[in-house]
Amino acid sequence: MFEIRIHSRGGQGGVTAARLLALSAIHDGKYATACPFYGAERRGAPIVSFVRIDDNPIRIYSQIKKPDMVVVLDASVMDVVDVLNGLKKGGKVLINSAHPREFAGFSSSHADLTGIALRENLVVAGSPILNTPVLGALAKMGIISVDSAKKSIREMFTDERNVKAAETAYREMSA
Amino acid sequence: MKKIATGNKAVAEAVKQIQPAVIAAYPITPQTEIVEQIAEFVSSGELKSRYIPVESEHSAMAACIGASITGVRTFTATSSHGLLYMHEMTNWAAGARLPVVMANVNRSIGPGWNIWAEHTDAMQERDTGWLQVYVSTVQEAYDTTLMAFRIAEHNDVLLPVMVNLDGFSLSHIMQPLDTVETGDFLPPMYLPHAIDPKNPAGYGGLTGPEQHFKFRWDIERSMRDSVKIIDETEKDFANRFGRKYGFTEDYQCDDADVVIVSMGTLGKEAEVAIDMLRREGVRAGSMRLRWLRPFPKLNLKGKEIVVIDRDYSFGFGGVLAKSIQAQQKTDVFSVIAGLGGQEVTYEDIADFIRKRRIGEEFWFGVNDHV
Repeated sequence: MFEIRIHSRGGQGGVTAARLLALSAIHDGKYATACPFYGAERRGAPIVSFVRIDDNPIRIYSQIKKPDMVVVLDASVMDVVDVLNGLKKGGKVLINSAHPREFAGFSSSHADLTGIALRENLVVAGSPILNTPVLGALAKMGIISVDSAKKSIREMFTDERNVKAAETAYREMSA
Repeated sequence: MKKIATGNKAVAEAVKQIQPAVIAAYPITPQTEIVEQIAEFVSSGELKSRYIPVESEHSAMAACIGASITGVRTFTATSSHGLLYMHEMTNWAAGARLPVVMANVNRSIGPGWNIWAEHTDAMQERDTGWLQVYVSTVQEAYDTTLMAFRIAEHNDVLLPVMVNLDGFSLSHIMQPLDTVETGDFLPPMYLPHAIDPKNPAGYGGLTGPEQHFKFRWDIERSMRDSVKIIDETEKDFANRFGRKYGFTEDYQCDDADVVIVSMGTLGKEAEVAIDMLRREGVRAGSMRLRWLRPFPKLNLKGKEIVVIDRDYSFGFGGVLAKSIQAQQKTDVFSVIAGLGGQEVTYEDIADFIRKRRIGEEFWFGVNDHV
């Protein structure tokens, strides 16, 4: 089983990112579940979502304590949340950042998701949309296939800019 | 097409497939998404039901009762305090022998104010004459909602059915969902005592001491008959759509020395605990109880029994533990866990089994011996 924890702020699309990621894994022929942790969420507050991917049906409902991978959609949550908490030794970190970030002991990757969203003019209510470009980055990292990522995005969004943003992230990210 | 859906959306998808004539509901966390999705389906024309956005849960059930007695399909959904608010009417639906179907998203009762999973809400309805079933996956929520209509409407049953799903842990988790075309799986509804609005009649008038008990017995007779109807319906569903359920979902129980009994999502997570214990050489099994009413005869003879209750009857004990203890005529290890969404992992469940103390009660997180 591959377990992923996604850190974001309420309203940034972390829950939708989890849903798209799970749906992409299902399109890849795997089993997947996605669940947000529901507390007293409001826009702007740090939140976490969980995704599990496996070759067999997933029977676990409790929260992910020792993820294989952590995705940070908003680096500013690191001021208030230990995003590496419980991450397995050598686990993967994907951070939304224009510049490389090193996390000692972990396999660190970065993608400029905000920059891509702004370039594609993917902005809703003043906030860049991160949940579709992040799928391109996750595909580049081999978590899901790029075809399944595009298929999932098209099932949820009619605006092709979302697919383009994922393609850009896939193309520009250094694997 | 492969879909992904939450437990709430799966219930709404099942309702869309059934196309009830009347849906009356009031939103409450964590059920809200069911009502929202149904409203969207009605708005888009995919669901041709008459949708009544009532002002309270009491009215929701009253509207379902009024519609149902004209012989048409009805549906509502609620949770927690909403369910308790309709309590007078839930009794009425069962007593008037109306096959209303309701989804209840299990949530604790306040205070303290808490929106997370617990079974106490539905447990407080267990003596009303409703059939109660508890599901553990998004697919099972969908399939069971479809089956609920057929079971409720069968003329040997004619009792309302409550489909229970754990708040957030199932209502909001996204899992794969296969939807089906029900075809003739659900026959047309026939209510023998339906009222024709053009030729009105009254029900529920004064019933004297020489008659009332006969109506109560009739509910129990139908409850007993429902065992066969549930079995037939689930078998037919499995034949048509390939997914088999049952009164319980038994996992590695056959050769088990100890069996843990639970309901809902904890019952699914318990299977992972069993896999762990089996690797350690412990012969353990899991029995996930689906149907609470009618309460099935459990096949636990000769096993040590551990029971998880996500509920409590104050001054008495865990409702499941006490029921199983009485039925099996043996002591059990009663674990009270998961109240108000308390986090319970498969590792915790494995510990409940490893450290069982038959005959005792243990509140997870309160005592410190596990």
